[in-house]
Amino acid sequence: MNLIFENSVPGRKCDLVPPCDVPVCEMPQGLRRAAAPRLPELSETDISRHYTKLAERTYGVNNGFYPLGSCTMKYNPRINEEMAALPGFTGVHPLQPEHTVQGCLEVMALAEKYLCEITGMDEMTFQPAAGAHGELTGVLLIKQYHKARGDHKRTKIIVPDSAHGTNPATAVMAGFTCVNVPSNPEGGIDLDKLREAVGEDTAGLMLTNPNTLGIFDKNILEITKIIREAGGLSYYDGANLNAIMGEVRPGDMGFDVVHLNLHKTFSTPHGGGGPGSGAVGCKAILAPYLPKPHPVRDGDTLHLTMEGYPDSIGRMKAFYGNFLTVVRALTYVLTLGKEGIPEASHNAVLNANYLKHELEDTYDIHTKGHCMHEFIITLDKMHKENGVTATDIAKAMLDEGIHPPTMYFPLIVPEDLMVEPTETESKTTLDEVVRIMKKIHAMALEDPAHMHELPVNTVIRRPDEVKAAREPVIRYSFDK
Amino acid sequence: MNIPKNLLYTKTHEWVEEDGDTMKVGLTEHATEQLGDLVFINLPEVGDSVEAEGEFGDVESVKAVSDVLSPATGEVTAVNETALDSPEAVNADPYGVWLAQIGNITAKRELLSPEEYEKLLEEEA
Repeated sequence: MNLIFENSVPGRKCDLVPPCDVPVCEMPQGLRRAAAPRLPELSETDISRHYTKLAERTYGVNNGFYPLGSCTMKYNPRINEEMAALPGFTGVHPLQPEHTVQGCLEVMALAEKYLCEITGMDEMTFQPAAGAHGELTGVLLIKQYHKARGDHKRTKIIVPDSAHGTNPATAVMAGFTCVNVPSNPEGGIDLDKLREAVGEDTAGLMLTNPNTLGIFDKNILEITKIIREAGGLSYYDGANLNAIMGEVRPGDMGFDVVHLNLHKTFSTPHGGGGPGSGAVGCKAILAPYLPKPHPVRDGDTLHLTMEGYPDSIGRMKAFYGNFLTVVRALTYVLTLGKEGIPEASHNAVLNANYLKHELEDTYDIHTKGHCMHEFIITLDKMHKENGVTATDIAKAMLDEGIHPPTMYFPLIVPEDLMVEPTETESKTTLDEVVRIMKKIHAMALEDPAHMHELPVNTVIRRPDEVKAAREPVIRYSFDK
Repeated sequence: MNIPKNLLYTKTHEWVEEDGDTMKVGLTEHATEQLGDLVFINLPEVGDSVEAEGEFGDVESVKAVSDVLSPATGEVTAVNETALDSPEAVNADPYGVWLAQIGNITAKRELLSPEEYEKLLEEEA
């Protein structure tokens, strides 16, 4: 398939501009570009076909099963899109006077209220553009808290070894040093090791619960207590909230700050379909440090103000974040309601356990006992005995027209696949997936060499990932 | 598995070649096999202080990023440009392409003999 630049034909256009009926004004010389931008020139038909062809080559939840672990690739309800497309939301400008955007501010205030209720937090910001940005915001709140108290010796953030890679990266970005705490045999945090790790230099803990092994850490109250007694704060990575949404609140587990991926848990588009939103909620003790502006109610009116918050960490993003994502998330919350929110979680956990149970007689499942919303398959034994890797199984799934799970994560399990089916898959789909995965397993035992050749039915086969990383071509070269 | 007899090893799969007061550090064949094809290598600069078991640099493969831990406390006296420029050279010849050299050594990590390292690999398998 050609790039859009390769389809360009000089002089081809798709705009019909009416004749100019105002005086022509010349741009000052100093503001003019030296050369015209090299934009592709195409007709509307060509553009439409180009992007349709690209769309046909992508794969999303609307195409089929997409069990990417810890990514919560759930279906995005159409009603969310309808609401986000309302002209009252799409036709506003962030610099419009406040009194003309009261409806939009009301959406943010209402979304904050409901999402605070779901997480057990007191206040929330919608500025962060995605999960890792939310993490950074949350950890900066912790940093500001210690700084405001004049406690400058707290330089360390504790992260368990099963954490998402973004957690240690966030801690380092915020200027902290990371302390890694190992997991216990059940997959939770090793409490003794945690006690050894905390001290006067502990700024806080970053934790996902349930963790990346799909296990809910039953010691969570003890864990957050250890951190609190050491003088630190606890940060909840909301990546896996879908497992417990409406059932358990991070605020009640002892967490002080949490980020939510509205593009995961609250059904707004995820991945290429973004933008995302990494909303950050916090307890009242951290509220003075939240990014501003933030809608504040005064009688019947909502105000956006930067004033009166001397301790705020400042802006994390221009204006108020990805606003239409918040519209979608609020629509989702209002559609499901108080009964629907926990029911979605129950079904997510049920689907994961059903899939795990059905695959248990064929695949080695690393997650013991019941899992939460996701579970881990390990191909370690098969790799050692037949040379078939987790990558080979994933490639075989592509050939069958389903998206593979997350691979090689968490890092503590060798040759693993991390499966998260989400609540929006039916039993019919799950049964079909089980059939396909069993077929692939049988194929791997029968003809291991063939597995290295897959996929054969996809647009491209195995891209050279090493070359792509070592010599990335990220810019079109006009001179070639 | 190739475990040269003239080298010492760490539990975290670095090899160490002692030469008088200096040490050359590299990744073992087992480490490179586990990581897969390396795409980036970050190393300290000449003159940097390093601490035994402290972070020394990191290696990135298409699968993951892993820290390289220093076998000793001291100062970096040389860095292998070949490893930095062509990470694939480390995959091709893990014992031939060292990463960095440490001098002015004041403390060392616990280092394993080839026999002890072989035993460790058997236990981990």
